[in-house]
Amino acid sequence: MSIYRTHILVPVDEGTVQAGVFEVKRKLEQAILQKGLEKEVKVVESGTVGIQDKGVILVVYPERIYYTNVRPGDVTLIVDEHLLKGHIPPGIKHRTLDIQAGMKSLHNTGLTRQQKRVVLDKSWKIAPDNIREVLAAGGYSALEKIFGEKITPEAIIDTVKKSGLRGRGGAGFPTGIKWEATRNAVGDQKYIICNADEGEPGTFKDRLILEGDPHKLIEAMVIAGYAIGATKGFVYIRGEYGLSIERMQKAMDQAREFSLLGANILETGFSFDLEIKKGAGAYICGDETALIESLEGKRGNPRVKPPYPVTNGLWQKPTAVNNVETLANIPQIITQGSEWFHTMGTEMCPGTKVFTILGHIESPGLIEVEMGTPLREIIFSYGGGISGGKKFKAALLGGASGVFLSEKLLDVHMDLESLKENKAVLGSGAVLVMNEEASIPDMLFSILKFYAHESCGQCAPCRVGTHQLLQLAWNVREGKGQVEDIDTMMSLAELMWRSSLCPLGQSVITPVKSAIENFRDEFVLAVSHNQVS
Amino acid sequence: MKLEELRKIREKTEKEMFLRDGKARIKVVVGMGTSGIAAGARETLKTLLDEVAKRELKDVIVSQAGERGLSSYEPVVSVFEEGKPTVVYGNVSVDIARKIVAEHVVNGNPVSDNVIEVNS
Ligand SMILES: Cc1cc2nc3c(=O)[nH]c(=O)nc-3n(C[C@H](O)[C@H](O)[C@H](O)COP(=O)(O)O)c2cc1C
Ligand code: SF4
Ligand code: FES
Repeated sequence: MSIYRTHILVPVDEGTVQAGVFEVKRKLEQAILQKGLEKEVKVVESGTVGIQDKGVILVVYPERIYYTNVRPGDVTLIVDEHLLKGHIPPGIKHRTLDIQAGMKSLHNTGLTRQQKRVVLDKSWKIAPDNIREVLAAGGYSALEKIFGEKITPEAIIDTVKKSGLRGRGGAGFPTGIKWEATRNAVGDQKYIICNADEGEPGTFKDRLILEGDPHKLIEAMVIAGYAIGATKGFVYIRGEYGLSIERMQKAMDQAREFSLLGANILETGFSFDLEIKKGAGAYICGDETALIESLEGKRGNPRVKPPYPVTNGLWQKPTAVNNVETLANIPQIITQGSEWFHTMGTEMCPGTKVFTILGHIESPGLIEVEMGTPLREIIFSYGGGISGGKKFKAALLGGASGVFLSEKLLDVHMDLESLKENKAVLGSGAVLVMNEEASIPDMLFSILKFYAHESCGQCAPCRVGTHQLLQLAWNVREGKGQVEDIDTMMSLAELMWRSSLCPLGQSVITPVKSAIENFRDEFVLAVSHNQVS
Repeated sequence: MKLEELRKIREKTEKEMFLRDGKARIKVVVGMGTSGIAAGARETLKTLLDEVAKRELKDVIVSQAGERGLSSYEPVVSVFEEGKPTVVYGNVSVDIARKIVAEHVVNGNPVSDNVIEVNS
């Protein structure tokens, strides 16, 4: 047996590929050979770690130090100084990992802001396409526990219900109840679908899980299948997510090879298999009923609810649709129990949440923190504050169908209940930060453009309404509007909320109302340019 | 594949991942500055790694650190153990390195002849 004293993780994702990660990796391997360190230092290609716009990243273990913006020219210095001589070369940007993995660390950094990682526990840590590393890091131990201890499907559902896990795809529906309803529904065939369509602009939390830990999702879906009585599942992945699809496919092949997926799993008699479906890129296909239509090979138009997918889903069979992040919580809920899950987050909303922080922010990217973490902390502690020393103006929470918040609500706690009290939503967990120079009418305009583009056109209120709204927002923005236009926008959105067929048309009101209510002055100022000239 | 086989694969690979967990019982750190390397710190480090691998010690990290200005004592090796004072060794030759693993790391008895500092 040989051991390595140092592991260097090289996160590979779109961003790092563009920044030249493979060139850096090649240089790194060369330099390691040159210094004769190849038996001591191991280079591991890992999934994305959720840091954006920081170029090539190298993570060094056991020191738990990561370098950002690494250029090929920096590599020799890092190898000579750090790997060989043990000190961080001056002038190269680095930070200490502040995620709470392995809790009791000998190298405690004393950092106050520690992320709590459940869903993303293995990103920063494993090579996702190496199932042996995944197993060593505890992958598939929930499945092992279920079959080893002969836990019944009912008991699993009970644990998930008691955990209080709620859907992370936007609606926040209790997962255990969804599973129970699917299990209890009458049907000769049942399905589990993983919603990995992630259409929300700027959001990439599901991609991070798919790329960084696809085996966790497979494990969760096998468990879900076993719990609800399904033998077949689908992973509906957004078409643009090439690397996610590739990694997922590879992970599925490996899992089958290790008898963790497919016929007669671990020789227990239980069979369950998965199939990947590529989404064609429409936002509406993220809606579970539209997604089901698309899976059936039809155009992705939403269905009228009820009936719900739990009774009449894919090919009218009982179907549980769950978001990627929701499912990613399942393995640890099984291994650590429902009470453990309640040690994080709030009473009604236990566990963690992955947030995508983007916009005018110092450190854009993904963080996983406890549910109920104040927005102020997310922006200023984890996100590093507003970039360029500017002032905060607004945050758009929850993506396109989200809410514009002003400074007054910076202290809101980020869990479903607290947000609802403040007329806000969690949605996909996107936090778009805008500085003092941002224009809210501009931002609303671009959101409405998104809506107009993504309306599936099936029902008139949404098809026509989105375009009228866009026109009005354009008028306002260009200083060609009247004060009345602002109110017309409000009433149009309200009409759409009342008469649209699906949640897409119904949700336009959320950004429109919050933008106009919280930043009315800006809209009035914009149209007043018209009066002046 | 059966459950038992899955468990076996997991155990075999755990050691690999342990480095990234930060949950080591003992951390053995070799000072690797210029004078440390000149005094043979590379060999010392390799020997420590070898010994740990040979004995299949699962909860030990061997790592490198910068110089601490103890140049007359190079190579310098520090042993960190949770809840115990840190022991610093000087003039750690290949033989002493083997002894440190066998006596200190495995049995908990510091190799007193080469101790130059004890820090709590
Ligand atoms: C227009 C629209 C887009 C949606 N997009 C997504 C999506 O990209 N990913 C997702 O998981 N859920 C999306 N949803 C929510 C799903 O309909 C569904 O509630 C969710 O997949 C259920 O999983 P959960 O209970 O685990 O959250 C969308 C809903 C609507 C109305
Ligand atoms: S509300 Fe919009 S997206 Fe939904 S069905 Fe109607 S037209 Fe399609
Ligand atoms: S994008 Fe889903 S069917 Fe067209």
